[in-house]
Amino acid sequence: MIKRLFIFIMLALMAQIFFNLASNYNENTSLSKLGHYYVEKGPQELGAPNLVTAVVVTYRGLDTLGEVTVLFISAAGVGLLLRRGRRKPDAENPGNSEQTPTVIKQKPASEIVETATELLLPMIILFGVYVFLNGHLSPGGGFQGGAIIASGTMFLLLALPESHISRLMIAVTESLSGFSYLVIGALGLVLADGFLDNRIMGLGTYGSLFSAGAIPLIYTFIGFKVGFELTSVLDLFRKEDSDPV
Amino acid sequence: MNMITDIPISLIVLGSGLCLILIGLWGMLSQRNMIRMIIGFSLMDTGIHMVMVSIGYVTGGTAPIINDAVPLADAVNRVVDPVPSALVLTAIVIGLGVTAVMLAFVVRIYKARNTLMIDECTESKW
Repeated sequence: MIKRLFIFIMLALMAQIFFNLASNYNENTSLSKLGHYYVEKGPQELGAPNLVTAVVVTYRGLDTLGEVTVLFISAAGVGLLLRRGRRKPDAENPGNSEQTPTVIKQKPASEIVETATELLLPMIILFGVYVFLNGHLSPGGGFQGGAIIASGTMFLLLALPESHISRLMIAVTESLSGFSYLVIGALGLVLADGFLDNRIMGLGTYGSLFSAGAIPLIYTFIGFKVGFELTSVLDLFRKEDSDPV
Repeated sequence: MNMITDIPISLIVLGSGLCLILIGLWGMLSQRNMIRMIIGFSLMDTGIHMVMVSIGYVTGGTAPIINDAVPLADAVNRVVDPVPSALVLTAIVIGLGVTAVMLAFVVRIYKARNTLMIDECTESKW
């Protein structure tokens, strides 16, 4: 009972702080100094119409590198925690990808769901690729595109729970894209003004697909990395689920 | 009716975000089921994102993307601050990673203890 009282008092105090915060809130009428600089100079300096992308990929590129690292570490942590026991090595066998010899506990998905998956999965992945390729022009980017690709995988796992996803392919793609991201970042030190500078290539025609220097390239690598990382996380949770205890 | 429309839109987002933070905090503190605690964490996370986005709002501003609707010459007066938006983008991804790790821990605890209640895991309690 005393615990509940503590929780109530704490929440009441927090609410008091928040109420003061909200009641003294005044909407901004102009941009902050930093935001003003980014909006004014961003399109000319970097050639990216999407200013959020310009901030994420180039101006604050180092933060994004840290973010990708955090995501990688959390995916690795999930992998460590949900590591499978030695008992089931036969599922690793790449020979029979469709029919893994596990006991099917749940009812298989209906034919409608399976057919829809076969029809929609390539389109979902294509849409994910579209979102990260156009990250410098329109709302979207590597993280969003990667999440869309992973949601396609989720769809696949829901419809065909026994389908096999190659660990090796995930590991290789993920490492390669992470490595290429770092290489592009380091090239900025040599060819342009600093680490992760996008002007290592020509800025191209403003507003076209191949413009804004290295931004589409960086976002492609981030998109693949995030997509495959989230796919591996989903796969790990699924594997855990279908494990006979 | 008029009173409602007079409230600035960013204040509505700010207020809802602060309410979500409180709800999430309540969920984390009072629930004993670990899955519910994680849901509380996610709610608080979302509330913080809403607060950050509302702080970056500029009166009458639109998304910071230069196109036909927002010409380059006039962009400074017509867009919201891109810095909090970029920060929220980062925060969403980090929140996702943290949630995934927490869920993995819950799976492990469930396998070891066959329970989702935090009251039954008392070794680390001081």
